[in-house]
Amino acid sequence: MLKYITRRILAMIPVVIGITFIVFMIMKMAPGDPARMILGDNATPEAVEALREEMGLNDNYLVQYGRYMINLCKGDMGTSYKNNRPVVDEVMTRVPATFKLAFVSAIVSILIAIPLGVLAAVKQGTLFDNASMVVSLIGISMPAFWLALMLMLKFSLQLKWFPVQGANDGWRSYVLPAIAIGFMNMAAIARTTRSSMLETIRQDYIRTARSKGISEQEVISHHAFRNALIPTVTIVGVQLGGLLGGAVLTETVFAWPGLGRLMVEAVNARDVPTVLGCIVILSIGFSIVNLVVDLLYGLIDPRVRTMYH
Amino acid sequence: MEKEYALNIEDLKVVYKTQHSVVHAVNSLDLKLEKGKALGLVGETGAGKTTTGLAVLGLVPNPPGIVERGSIFLNGRDVLKMNKKELRKIRGKEVSMIFQDPMTSLNPVLTVEEQISEVIRTHNKVNRKEALEKARQMLEMVGIPGERGSEYPHQFSGGMKQRVVIAIALACQPDVLIADEPTTALDVTIQAQVLEMMKALKEKYNTSMVMITHDLGIVAEICDEVSVMYAGHVVEHGTLEDIFDNTRHPYTRGLFDSLPNMEDRSQRLKPIKGLMPDPSNLPEGCAFCTRCAYATEQCEKVKPPRFWRNDTHYVECHLYSENDIQKGEVLKNE
Repeated sequence: MLKYITRRILAMIPVVIGITFIVFMIMKMAPGDPARMILGDNATPEAVEALREEMGLNDNYLVQYGRYMINLCKGDMGTSYKNNRPVVDEVMTRVPATFKLAFVSAIVSILIAIPLGVLAAVKQGTLFDNASMVVSLIGISMPAFWLALMLMLKFSLQLKWFPVQGANDGWRSYVLPAIAIGFMNMAAIARTTRSSMLETIRQDYIRTARSKGISEQEVISHHAFRNALIPTVTIVGVQLGGLLGGAVLTETVFAWPGLGRLMVEAVNARDVPTVLGCIVILSIGFSIVNLVVDLLYGLIDPRVRTMYH
Repeated sequence: MEKEYALNIEDLKVVYKTQHSVVHAVNSLDLKLEKGKALGLVGETGAGKTTTGLAVLGLVPNPPGIVERGSIFLNGRDVLKMNKKELRKIRGKEVSMIFQDPMTSLNPVLTVEEQISEVIRTHNKVNRKEALEKARQMLEMVGIPGERGSEYPHQFSGGMKQRVVIAIALACQPDVLIADEPTTALDVTIQAQVLEMMKALKEKYNTSMVMITHDLGIVAEICDEVSVMYAGHVVEHGTLEDIFDNTRHPYTRGLFDSLPNMEDRSQRLKPIKGLMPDPSNLPEGCAFCTRCAYATEQCEKVKPPRFWRNDTHYVECHLYSENDIQKGEVLKNE
């Protein structure tokens, strides 16, 4: 088990290298000269050239990437072009806000979606089933940023229940962003749970369980649920990974002081080190979530567990 | 003398209602199982054998399955009149079922001993530990070392899985055991072992058993009586002797002819021609008439009455009348 985890953590290294390499090269190929941007439009070509030389921007891209990775290993993500602060500090101040929001919305959506999906499956074809599936279809189809705007309009501007933007109002500031981000996830989890429950309920071993004389509740909770959980865990993992970095639009709408917004700002400013810093953190976060998901598979399904040895 | 029946099914009708059609799975089925005896329920795939078994446990999947009429007396009480709670009480305790495919009949995420102990805990006042202990004893009884109880089904071979399924079915010593093709999914060598074991356990617990199968060899091996089922209805019933030596129904004859003959290997197999009729569109008269070599116009229109050859043997076929059923073979060996 420990060996498996170690192996998986080591396997994260190539993932991070791959992602940073691609993003690094894309940023390098994008038009715009960071030196020119730092010095402003009025700088002389000589001054720009001198700064380029100083920043190492004239070296081969691969050399530049190598240098970046060596520094990264030392915990140095470079200096922001925009405000000259170390990127590490910049990124780390944003991480908690994004991760907190991601986990709050993930937990709430899981807690609502799984019981909803299970109940819908057990009561297949009833009004409850149909209603919850229509709601979740709406949830999947609706863009999160649009929902964010609508929520803001109603509950912040008209009813004034929650703050319009920012994260300075305790739990109240979490409510709307969490709903905006979580609604779609909840919908997807609920639908996955339902279809996977429906499939499980038709299995032979569920019939065996019923033939033992145990209550229907026990059949569902003890026999069906655990088997139905695997697809659900997969989708939760994918979504949590997405939440860590994918809430860019929602964070922007709510002016949430998180990684997503930092990244948008950095991209707009061609602030390569900050963009890369964000990407590194997100890819590590994504890999960890994936590892946790894989470990959860093993916890749920003994057939998977044997592969760890 | 009135016989004591462990299981007495009368005029059972089960249909599966789909959007487009009504499938008549079991049609006016009569089945009687004496205490301590073994009854073979023989017939082709799709004859309604499994549905009959499920109906006894009140487990016909609904929707789409509906028990339309009839009665199923288990130890003198009608299963079809029981509420959910009463049904739960008899399942596993008074009647249990061994399912056809051991590969899919066990829950992959629970240990084997958990799955056995569950039924013990449900029907007996024991704590978790005692139940697990008993579960291990059951495993030993079906020939699996008790300590393997903490393993999961995927760590077992097919034959061992079927032993586990049998252990679950017998864990509370049910009065009636319904074995639904318990050896169909197994190798021939394992089949023999499992059958031997079932026979021994049946005798040990004095369990009454319904053996659902399409294998007449198994019937000869284990059963006391045989009901031959066609399109959801028993067409011939009797003791082993009645059925094997005094075959009356053309369908039963066809089943025997489909078996290879070891003495005369030059003889070609004579399979029954054609297929089972569409159960959503059964003929008005005898369901077998479309495949029967002796079929007359009467067979197509009128349901054949039941003719008794003796106290134990009856057949439902227009070939006979009250008198000439005694006269032996009407069926010619082609």
